[in-house]
Amino acid sequence: MNEIARPARPWDRTPPERREYFELLGAGLVAVLPGRRPGGEGGSEWSPPTGGAWVHVGEDGRLRGFIGKAEVGQGTRTALTLVLAEELRVAPARVELVMGDTDLCPWDMGTFGSRSMPDAAPALALAGAGAREGLVQLASARLGRPPTELEAADGEVRAREGGAALPFAELVRGGRHRVLVDPATRTTPPSNWTRAGRPTVDLGAEEVVTGRRRYATDLDRPGMLHGAVLWPPSYGARLRDLGVAPASSAPGVQLVREGEFVGAVAASPLTARAALRVLPATWDRTPQPSEREIEEYLRSHPAEGDDWDTDDDQAGDVETALRGARWTVSATYRSSYIAHVPLEPQCALAEWDSERLTVWVGTQTPFRVRGELARTLAIAEEDVRVIVPPTGSGFGGKHAAPVATAAARLARAAGHPVRVAFSREEEFEHGYLRPMSVIDVRAGVGPSGDLVGWAFANLNGGAAALRAPYRVANRRVRSTQARSPLPQGSLRALAANPNNFARESVIDELAGLAGLDPLVFRERNLADDRLLAVLRQVTARAGWAGRSRSAGRGFGLAVGLEKGSRVATVAEVSVGRDRRVQVDRLVSAFEAGAVVNPDNLRSQVEGAQTMALGEALYEAIHFDAGVLANPRLSQYRVPRFSDLPEIDVELIDRLDLPPAGAGETPMITVAPAVANALFDASGLRLRSLPLLPSGRLPAAPQR
Amino acid sequence: MVDSSGTVRVNGTIRKLAHVPLDRPLLAVLRNELHLTGTKYGCGEGQCGACTVLLDGSPVLSCQVPFSDALGRDVTTIEGLVREGTLSPVQRAFAELGAFQCGYCTPGMIVAATALLRSRPEPSRDEIVSALDRNLCRCCGYRRILEAVERAAALARGQASR
Repeated sequence: MNEIARPARPWDRTPPERREYFELLGAGLVAVLPGRRPGGEGGSEWSPPTGGAWVHVGEDGRLRGFIGKAEVGQGTRTALTLVLAEELRVAPARVELVMGDTDLCPWDMGTFGSRSMPDAAPALALAGAGAREGLVQLASARLGRPPTELEAADGEVRAREGGAALPFAELVRGGRHRVLVDPATRTTPPSNWTRAGRPTVDLGAEEVVTGRRRYATDLDRPGMLHGAVLWPPSYGARLRDLGVAPASSAPGVQLVREGEFVGAVAASPLTARAALRVLPATWDRTPQPSEREIEEYLRSHPAEGDDWDTDDDQAGDVETALRGARWTVSATYRSSYIAHVPLEPQCALAEWDSERLTVWVGTQTPFRVRGELARTLAIAEEDVRVIVPPTGSGFGGKHAAPVATAAARLARAAGHPVRVAFSREEEFEHGYLRPMSVIDVRAGVGPSGDLVGWAFANLNGGAAALRAPYRVANRRVRSTQARSPLPQGSLRALAANPNNFARESVIDELAGLAGLDPLVFRERNLADDRLLAVLRQVTARAGWAGRSRSAGRGFGLAVGLEKGSRVATVAEVSVGRDRRVQVDRLVSAFEAGAVVNPDNLRSQVEGAQTMALGEALYEAIHFDAGVLANPRLSQYRVPRFSDLPEIDVELIDRLDLPPAGAGETPMITVAPAVANALFDASGLRLRSLPLLPSGRLPAAPQR
Repeated sequence: MVDSSGTVRVNGTIRKLAHVPLDRPLLAVLRNELHLTGTKYGCGEGQCGACTVLLDGSPVLSCQVPFSDALGRDVTTIEGLVREGTLSPVQRAFAELGAFQCGYCTPGMIVAATALLRSRPEPSRDEIVSALDRNLCRCCGYRRILEAVERAAALARGQASR
């Protein structure tokens, strides 16, 4: 399943000069952009997230790039291929990318936070440019002409004025050329791109439409068995007694117990699950809060000593400013726990070869999972290989990989390769959720419509997009954590969604009190020119100034910046006589620096906004006493075709700016724009996400 | 539940299956017994459409169809839509427009769209929406899939007129 053999040690843990590039990839030229060593000097899991890149030019004509990011459906494989093809001056179809293989790829912190393009693209471009320069040097020696008279084009190096030309394969034949790339190497500026920057359909389209693309769930190994995990009946429950001896399991089933971990292995996943279902296990449960009391619980259970995603930024004197303000707002905004719902539930296949382990797993963080496997299985990290096959989306939910550790334990016990695939219920219950946010906001405006005071505190949700892009001299913004009773972690845009929802809603509340149009109020107070530019672009496109109000129709505006990119959205909604709500149109302007693949970017923006609509309107995890009440797609509603509004997106291509992250930011304006439009239509200010759990506008204002 | 031996015609080939429990979902039989992994599991309760196949030409959610219901009948999966190495019009349209991101929902979408175009060669936008509303996509935002189905209809008309 991976044609490249296993190196003696993972390459990210081997000095560049000792990596077996030529033994494993064949003779040729390799250009290596050195990466940091994980854990060691100058690098840790939370160090600046670049792990280098390498490019191999083979004597067989193959061109391969290696990068530690994972492709989980966001389209970076194609975008990164374009970037490498650009530097190598070849057609994109000639370039192959090896991604997310911890034995062969440079170390990478993980595929999250919209970092693939900002981090991996420049690294790969540098390695590609280094390879190109190395090829030009080889040609220079062969042709006896200075490098300045030569250029790489269409897979060969040739004299600029024509004449002599040598194909890459010919140049490297029989060679073992190792180029250590200087990080100061010049890469091709976006304004000179001829391959990147063009709309390009996913280069693997044919295997997708024929059903041949093999995800982790589709992989097979000789002798493979299927595993399943025995889960506690509620969060916090501990196994008291299994009720049977592990050896006494049903025919064809092997029960495995290692400490708290209990699993089963059988020839079919259904058989393994059935064997676990009938176990007479008993559990010690701990009291867990219910959904009704969750806000009070979070407020009274601060996470002491946990500084994950916290922030505290203050300036001026916010209390005095608020006392002196002409108009003030004081409100609490909330967002529910929600789930990622990747269409492919998590899955891993583990195989032992003597003491070394290989795990194929759909994860966004292969290197982190490698460490997790080494710790859990008590083996050296060098003996673990994690390979990320094509993955059926992640949205931040595939960072940890409980399936990987389970498959590895079961495979070791069974002496066979084992695949563990989550059911949809397990995906809901045993991944993790987006944290609930409780956001307290107090804000004030002076007589001329200027923001004078801003106090904004997110409890439990996180710090993303916490700092407002508005000019305000007196402020205090904070993110603090609570001891969440439900497992929580990353989710696409994470706190940027609730924080932008709260902030942009309050901005509209303030504009209303000050008697100013929401556009005028934002123009007056915004501190970011790029954001102002997208705001003006979208209001012009949506016809904001000339919008026609009528009964039951509303228009809402929101802006936001995150991960270096900017977005502004106008939402149009209608409310029927039965108080049913229809989101009719979302018009957005989006700016993420230079655009690498407009085709995929548009798809990312539309997909992000559709996903955000679900979070805005109806997605919520319900729970009681440590048990999820709706861990099924029949009970947890996500957007369908019939929910789709008209989504109109203007992409602003800034060739003067490097590509910024784009997978998350388009989401952040959807909920506040819709909430503001609902207020415009009905006079109701909705302060909790989801806005419309019942699908209808409530009759009376919420608390 | 008793095991059964029986035959199913899958993508035009008669497949004999032995010792398969009659209540086993067709999806599991296709994926685990016949190794046709193009059909995907997404939810196991008929909510996501990733497991859509054609049973005697009609779209069904194979996670909800017991093996016993498929005995002696004709099953078409995504693997069966390629004819003599040529992509079907729906497959071509999805590939040309890039109407997917992670691609996990795509086989189910394509099979459902294929069934729609067989019964309604020139569907309206609303007809496409209602025919595909059982199929979830979490990545790409749906619009491109709607356009792909429209393009597939045009491609199929072009083929028919040749």
